[in-house]
Amino acid sequence: MASTNSAAQSIKPNGIASQDQIRAATAVSTASAAVRITDLRKTYPGVNAVDGISFDINQGEIFALLGPNGAGKTTTLEILEGYRDRDAGSVNVLGFDPQSEPDRIKPLIGVMLQNGGIYPTVTPFELLDLLSNFYPDARKPEELLELVGLTDSASTRYRELSGGQQRRLALAAAIIGNPKLLFLDEPTSAMDPQARRVTWDLIEDQRRQGVTIILTTHFMEEAERLADRVAIIDHGKLLALEEPSALRRNGGSTVRFSGPDDIDSAELEQLTSAAAVLVAQSGQYVIDTEDPIALLDELTTWARARGILLDDLRAGHETLEDVFLRLTGHQIRE
Amino acid sequence: MSSQPVIASSMTALIAQTKMEIRLTMRRFEAVLITMIVPVVLLVFFGLIGLAPDDYARPIDFLLPSMLVLAVMSTGLVGLAIRTAYERSYGVLKRLGSTPLGRGNLLMAKINSVILVTIAQIAVLVGIATLGFGWRPEGSLLLAGIVLVIGTATFAGLGLLLAGVLRAETTLAAANSIYIFLLLFGGIIWPADRLPGGIAIVGELLPSSAFATALREILADGDTPVIPIVILSLWGIAGILIASRTFRWE
Repeated sequence: MASTNSAAQSIKPNGIASQDQIRAATAVSTASAAVRITDLRKTYPGVNAVDGISFDINQGEIFALLGPNGAGKTTTLEILEGYRDRDAGSVNVLGFDPQSEPDRIKPLIGVMLQNGGIYPTVTPFELLDLLSNFYPDARKPEELLELVGLTDSASTRYRELSGGQQRRLALAAAIIGNPKLLFLDEPTSAMDPQARRVTWDLIEDQRRQGVTIILTTHFMEEAERLADRVAIIDHGKLLALEEPSALRRNGGSTVRFSGPDDIDSAELEQLTSAAAVLVAQSGQYVIDTEDPIALLDELTTWARARGILLDDLRAGHETLEDVFLRLTGHQIRE
Repeated sequence: MSSQPVIASSMTALIAQTKMEIRLTMRRFEAVLITMIVPVVLLVFFGLIGLAPDDYARPIDFLLPSMLVLAVMSTGLVGLAIRTAYERSYGVLKRLGSTPLGRGNLLMAKINSVILVTIAQIAVLVGIATLGFGWRPEGSLLLAGIVLVIGTATFAGLGLLLAGVLRAETTLAAANSIYIFLLLFGGIIWPADRLPGGIAIVGELLPSSAFATALREILADGDTPVIPIVILSLWGIAGILIASRTFRWE
């Protein structure tokens, strides 16, 4: 579960945080910051990909960056990695500016790209052996193959590995240089649940060794399990930044259920205790409320009168998924 | 920290990446076929039937420069372009760019691999010409070597130009089309100046034609062919300059 080293950086997720709120919340001491971003901007023709983002990433934390596709996550990561130049703002990564000093940063970071980035005809051993020549303090390829469970596939070509094996190789490649800062872009996509849990253990093991980790993910469960803090961004702006548990607590309560996809949400809004109704996706209804117990009572009465089965009925704090949906208006998996 | 270890590790990285580039070249069967086997087969075939333009007393004086150019073109233009374009589409260039290897060393490793593979090809072709067809150079081997270096750089630059701009599939098609076009009209199978009318003028300005003409005049006649060397160099400078400005890493 998330640790609590960052209470100072909470932002109320009730609606969109103002830039001032965000600035105040992120104004902590620099001593513990592995990454400091101030008013970062990047524009592509016609799009503000990153539109004035500021936050710090603390030394040794796992920091999850969530947002719909095109929200500015990857652009932000690429600027931190020294891959892309920014248009405005300041960025400090491990004491260096990635734009003017990329060669100082590269030996200190490990990168796992969303889509491979690995030669299809190369074997896991060959890839790790190659990369071990690039870093001053590299780990042994054999040791990493063992760590990610690829010893038996060490001489299988990359394109013949399963999706999960390919992701594990990409993770091994990211940590071979003993990085201080690890960028993981969707580390467990294409993995089955078991491989995902093994990978989570590996990531947590990196944190235990003091590595700072920035990850993006589509899995709310992953963010909840791994992240010390979660930043939600959309349209290039920071919408919320908090510990996952605090994000959910601050978000109030909901009642959710699945039902036929032709329920008129206006009908649900007329229930006395309902504050707002969201249709998460076809046939999935999420009702915000101050009083979930009263709402459950009204809802079951309403459902009984119409003969509707309230499938997967659930009441309680918002899930991280609900918070995300409310702030961005999108499903995380869109 | 002194700068010594940084230089040392950068050298280690460059050597490791160069080895990987060569390994990847050899792993593509179709690339090995087009780079290593086609020029050798054509040299032996045309050498045995003795086909060459009639002002060459020995056909091998015409054929060897042709096949040297073909070999350089297939490694530098076709092989490098296709490999690099696919690596870009797989995200490999972006991924390696994030390591301490860096973009400069990555491109340098590619050029190194082209040079090393080309040297192997030249050794095989010159060996066959010498032992099988009694070929002897008339002119300066040093000058021929310099022209080979310029030609290799030129076709590597043109290959990177294609790979850095076009999609992988388009690069594949374009590189192979250019290969066939230059083989026929670019002074390789037949001298460009013997082609009919206007085609001859265009043909003589093509990089492969300038390259082959320069090698033939140096090796067969002992001349110093300034104009072809200048044409070839202009192609090289233009190709490398445009490639360095337009190259996209993803």
